[in-house]
Amino acid sequence: MNPSARQPVRATTSINGMIITVASGKGGTGKTMVAASLALSLAAAYPQQPPLYLDCDVEAPNAHLFLHPTLAEQQEVGLLIPAVDEAKCTHCGKCAEICQYHAIAVLGKKTLVFPQLCHGCGSCTALCPEGAITEVLDRMGIVERGSAAAGIAFARGVLDVGEPMAVPVIRQLKKWALPRPGQVVIRDAPPGTSCPVVETIRGSDYLLLVTEPTPFGLHDLRLAAQVAKELNIPTGVIVNRENGTYPEIDAFCEADHLPILLRIPFERAIAEGVARGKTLVDIHPEYGDRFRQMFLQIYETISHS
Amino acid sequence: MKILLTATSPSIDSNVDPRYGRGAYFIVVDPDTMEWQAHPNPGIGASGGAGSLAAQFASNQQASSVVSGDFGPNAYNALQAAGIAMYLFGSSATVKEAIENFKAGLLESVGAPTGPGHHQH
Repeated sequence: MNPSARQPVRATTSINGMIITVASGKGGTGKTMVAASLALSLAAAYPQQPPLYLDCDVEAPNAHLFLHPTLAEQQEVGLLIPAVDEAKCTHCGKCAEICQYHAIAVLGKKTLVFPQLCHGCGSCTALCPEGAITEVLDRMGIVERGSAAAGIAFARGVLDVGEPMAVPVIRQLKKWALPRPGQVVIRDAPPGTSCPVVETIRGSDYLLLVTEPTPFGLHDLRLAAQVAKELNIPTGVIVNRENGTYPEIDAFCEADHLPILLRIPFERAIAEGVARGKTLVDIHPEYGDRFRQMFLQIYETISHS
Repeated sequence: MKILLTATSPSIDSNVDPRYGRGAYFIVVDPDTMEWQAHPNPGIGASGGAGSLAAQFASNQQASSVVSGDFGPNAYNALQAAGIAMYLFGSSATVKEAIENFKAGLLESVGAPTGPGHHQH
């Protein structure tokens, strides 16, 4: 966010761009439901500035089930990986020695590339004394963009089945689907706390962690909060399926100075609605204002940090 | 001819380590003279690519056969490309016993990866 955008929130008819990432640690806590509800609430509250929604859960993107976008544009994503010209290769082994990921091996009179281990750094190509290595695109997936309900700009990455590395697709999605000046970005993160989650969170202004009142929810919330601390990103918590039976979540948030911004009750009507592809604001329209209030609270936190 | 076996400690009397890429030690032995040498596995702490690194090691050692308990797809493809034969140690308890069984032709040879990849990101 640029410094000139850091003004106190008064004129609530106008908002300035920032990036909010919705993550969770534990899977199935309601990240996408929350992120989609937040996007729809902002689009309704600020119809002149609907947000940009990025579905960064590229291994299993599912935000389209809530937001029904039309995806008009598509681009292939991959890494530049080495291709070895055996006619020029002297099997000196320099490429294998330099490779941090052991993605290239020199085995007697054969040099073998392991595309799934390669991180595309280009060191082998740069170092080959014979100029025997060229780089070729190894496709891993696609990025897509278009528009969804209420003028929401929508983009997502889709990792090809069998590809092990999600990060390059997420990185490309962030680079390709850029917000307009002042547009709020909502990033829907994958579950967990590994590299794809870190890549999604990286560069965000605020992190919303969705948890549930269970020991598993708390365990993973703790891990996700550590990632946020490491990346130095202000963080707030949403407790979904709240039934008042697990005060340990509150105790942890209090001890870690994590504000609980919203509690969504454990309720049959919500479960039924979500199962039919409805967001929280479709099921209970009063959440539109709650999400807007939460957004303003986040906005204020960021403006003053 | 040299063969490479995975071992849990740097001795020919050690147990066979059932993992190839993540085996603790590599014992390289000449089955005719029974002369052997132990090497710590350079890929034991690698964040990924332990299989290809272990294959590279076997190739650098000029091993013609490798004996272990599990060959993932990367290790398998690399050893295959290097023309190094793969065998399972089966019921052999120690490295020494596995060498004897190898010499007697009792070890099962491997014609496909024995498990899925172990890499994660």
